[in-house]
Amino acid sequence: MIFDLIISVFLVIAGIFGLVGSYGLVKLPDLMTRLHAPTKASTLGVGGALLASMGLALKQGSLSWHELLITLFLFLTAPITCNFIAKAWIARNADPAILPPTGTHRTWATLDLTEEPIEPVLTPPGKPGRPS
Amino acid sequence: MRKLLPHPGLTVLLILTWLMLVNEFKWGSLVFGTMLGVILPLLTAPYWPDRPVIRNWPAAIEYVLIVIWDIIKSNITVAMIVLFRPRAGLRPAWITVPVELTSPEAITVLAGTITMTPGTVTADIAADGRALLIHCLDAPDPDAVRDDIKARYEARLKRIFA
Repeated sequence: MIFDLIISVFLVIAGIFGLVGSYGLVKLPDLMTRLHAPTKASTLGVGGALLASMGLALKQGSLSWHELLITLFLFLTAPITCNFIAKAWIARNADPAILPPTGTHRTWATLDLTEEPIEPVLTPPGKPGRPS
Repeated sequence: MRKLLPHPGLTVLLILTWLMLVNEFKWGSLVFGTMLGVILPLLTAPYWPDRPVIRNWPAAIEYVLIVIWDIIKSNITVAMIVLFRPRAGLRPAWITVPVELTSPEAITVLAGTITMTPGTVTADIAADGRALLIHCLDAPDPDAVRDDIKARYEARLKRIFA
């Protein structure tokens, strides 16, 4: 009984936040503000559904790990997708004048068209394939 | 040993992920997971030349808990803005956050954290890696947002990765 209640509460939370995330996509005025709605509000929406799913598995006497994995993959991919969309928007539409200065001696990476490598250098160039 | 297992942490993570995908413990799965855990890091090693070193595990765990708490808060804040704030009342802003972290892994974690937390999204990095470009959904006081990010997340990451 108490278990059913908890699971229902999580499902309702998930539903509300999923709905608000989608509504935010419609309501907010431009791409950069729209980016906020699905990355934030939906995280809790998906999280609530996953907790409910784990609760149900527990109630049926088994332990389910898939939900933890989904959470992990979601947290790894959401910021990267978001960053890609933002960079694409900067590259295609943004007037560089609306962006604040970097405060350093080079401009933002997306706008930087010089031959100098982007720092910090992530990968010292190695040969592709199996390491010898 | 170093040649066979270029990334021991990644190996352990792959074995655990495989066992969790199978969803129950079987010895056969452990063997197959171990094979994956050895082969995948070997094949992908050229793309992972450095090993990120976490120097302070208690601080790392504290950081994860703080970020989870902030994600919950941020969800509620953004939901409230979406539902109850009229469009005209929204004050979006771009801010520059100077970054003192030097390791690429630490900067990546900081950028990801900023995206997942209250009303902020990481949009870009300066070409020399010394500043992040952040978009705020609603920032009446951009300087406060910047100081908050530096004090709350960057200072902790410095202790973890330093």
